[in-house]
Amino acid sequence: MQLKSEQALELDESHVTVGQSFCDDPKMTMRNVDVFYSDKQAIYDVNIDIAKNEVIAMIGPSGCGKSTFLRTLNRMNDTVEGCRVDGQICMDGQDLYSPKLDVVELRARVGMVFQKPNPFPKSIRDNVTYGPKIHGLADTRVDLDEILEKSLRKAGLWEEVKDRLDQPGTGLSGGQQQRLCIARAIAVSPEVILMDEPCSALDPIATAKIEELIKELSQNFTIAIVTHSMQQAARVSHRTAYFHLGKLIEVNPTEQVFTMPKHQLTEAYITGRFG
Amino acid sequence: MSDSKTLIKIQHSLTQRNRAEARFHWYGRIAILIGLMAVALLFIDIVGKGHGAFRATYINLDIRYDADLIGIDNLSDTEQLSAGNWQALPKTALRERFPDVSSRRDKRRLNNLLSNGAGFDLKDRLLVSPTLLGKTESVWVLADDDIDTYYKSWLDGNAYEARLTGQQIQWIGELHEQGSIKLKFNSNLFNRGDSREPEQAGIRGAAVGSFLTLVMTLMLSFPIGVCAAIYLEEFAPKNRLTDFIEVNINNLAAVPSIIFGLLGLAIFINFFHVPRSVPIVGGLVLTLMTLPTIIITSRAAIKSVPPSIREAALGMGASRYQMVLHHVLPLALPGMLTGAIIGMAQALGETAPLLMIGMVAFIVDIPNGFSDPATVLPVQIFLWADSPERAFVEKTSAAIMVLLSFLIAMNTTAVWLRRRLERRW
Repeated sequence: MQLKSEQALELDESHVTVGQSFCDDPKMTMRNVDVFYSDKQAIYDVNIDIAKNEVIAMIGPSGCGKSTFLRTLNRMNDTVEGCRVDGQICMDGQDLYSPKLDVVELRARVGMVFQKPNPFPKSIRDNVTYGPKIHGLADTRVDLDEILEKSLRKAGLWEEVKDRLDQPGTGLSGGQQQRLCIARAIAVSPEVILMDEPCSALDPIATAKIEELIKELSQNFTIAIVTHSMQQAARVSHRTAYFHLGKLIEVNPTEQVFTMPKHQLTEAYITGRFG
Repeated sequence: MSDSKTLIKIQHSLTQRNRAEARFHWYGRIAILIGLMAVALLFIDIVGKGHGAFRATYINLDIRYDADLIGIDNLSDTEQLSAGNWQALPKTALRERFPDVSSRRDKRRLNNLLSNGAGFDLKDRLLVSPTLLGKTESVWVLADDDIDTYYKSWLDGNAYEARLTGQQIQWIGELHEQGSIKLKFNSNLFNRGDSREPEQAGIRGAAVGSFLTLVMTLMLSFPIGVCAAIYLEEFAPKNRLTDFIEVNINNLAAVPSIIFGLLGLAIFINFFHVPRSVPIVGGLVLTLMTLPTIIITSRAAIKSVPPSIREAALGMGASRYQMVLHHVLPLALPGMLTGAIIGMAQALGETAPLLMIGMVAFIVDIPNGFSDPATVLPVQIFLWADSPERAFVEKTSAAIMVLLSFLIAMNTTAVWLRRRLERRW
């Protein structure tokens, strides 16, 4: 069965993404995006919109390019040697890859949470206030403390750490560290938050807390999340995009993807025939 | 049946493996033992030879500060002071101690008991308290190095008499019986510069020279090395040019140090006309030598900072410069400092390149700044080891002890700093 579906994809040379890739009021738009690592192509001709205040989940087997796709959205791929992005990626109509755009400003507007919790080896306070400090968002210490409390409250961490703000962030548990990273990301009030498998290093209880948090955050932020867990995608996201071997196969409302997938590859993946 | 066969085979191989492991442990222990024995031997030899140098022989004399004897009438006239016959003071006092000595030759032998510098020590004493002029006081006066060598060896029960006459030995015996000759702490060793007379020679000049040279080296090589390492590691594109630079930095670390000396001679002294023998040129040459070490260790320290920290900083919208300054540098600093201290320890022990740039000169004065002629500790050891006087043997070992204690102190600081500054993540 697996063999058959892979063949099907290879035969489909002029493949077109199935489902609802576009929306009326997009936050971010991607058109004809190709990504290369040196001479190896990682992403083929992706076209997709991300709507305001939606949670979009990227799923797919390992090495399908979903993380690469996510990292093109705040140009984290710039740090990778030999990485090249073709096509057009816009946020609010502004080209992210135009030479006029400052990547520092972009990353302040598009925050990121990584797979492995990576708090700075500094105090909890310094972790959260680092972004506001470097971007000059707070003029006084009082402002800074306000941002600190607000961000930690939003990340659901305030009650747990309010008495030990000056202790190192690395001393927290894995789940707390990841929520600290989320607090750090939202402290600069980004418009979009990218999450690259944020729960893959966490236990089920910590995962549940993060998922709860994602749901709450979606009221104020646009969230793009890469996940290996289909259940997670089903629980937190509004739309789901399925990637396969660097190609965007299907984008549809999450419920539809998991109940009535349109493309046979999506169906094969979610029913566990490969991945 | 086959199960028990396998078991027997496993047990057989197990005894072999255990034996091999035990053998391996012993190889390691023996290797460490050999290393420790070599170090112990070195220390025993050096301490055994050098401990005597920390004490010197002094003779007790009743010194009368007689203005006529010195040939002065005014203590504030510097010309008179420098022309004065200061050595006459201890000579006269010694002759009064042994009034029987009359022949010219015996008088000269008697005078030879005293160090040439004894008179100048008395001059310094008089200048500190001018009221002593015309009075008499009992002073411990520095003895000659031959007397020092003989007296120490005689106290150890293995008298070395080769450089003395029977009469001199008899005089020393008399002084000893009267309690007028004894070993005292040798403050000259720590307070004076080099001298042709072993009893007056000290390592202060060389130690200060070493210090100034090292300060110069550190001020130049640490900032340059760290900047080079940061640029190569964090900012430079990876292409043929940077590969070429990297290979050459590694090559530079393997270049024999004397080559750097020749380079320094050709460039700094002959081309840029930096004066010879001064800590500036020494520091420049040692900078060339330690730079590769510092660059390599700093790059290793930067590499060991986990990439997740870099990603976190960049993801927060930090510029690369902020990422390096706020996150990479603080985490890499302990490693960089350790590298710098190890580089400095290397520089402190370096002799060959400094010979090429004139820091091997015989310099009596203690340097006052970076542009005063100076020598350094290892070169001082080299110079003393080369001197024919027997008394320089123990001086050499004492200087080695001082150099080693500096090195041990620096390496201990490196370990302490690393423990202190290291942060876990």
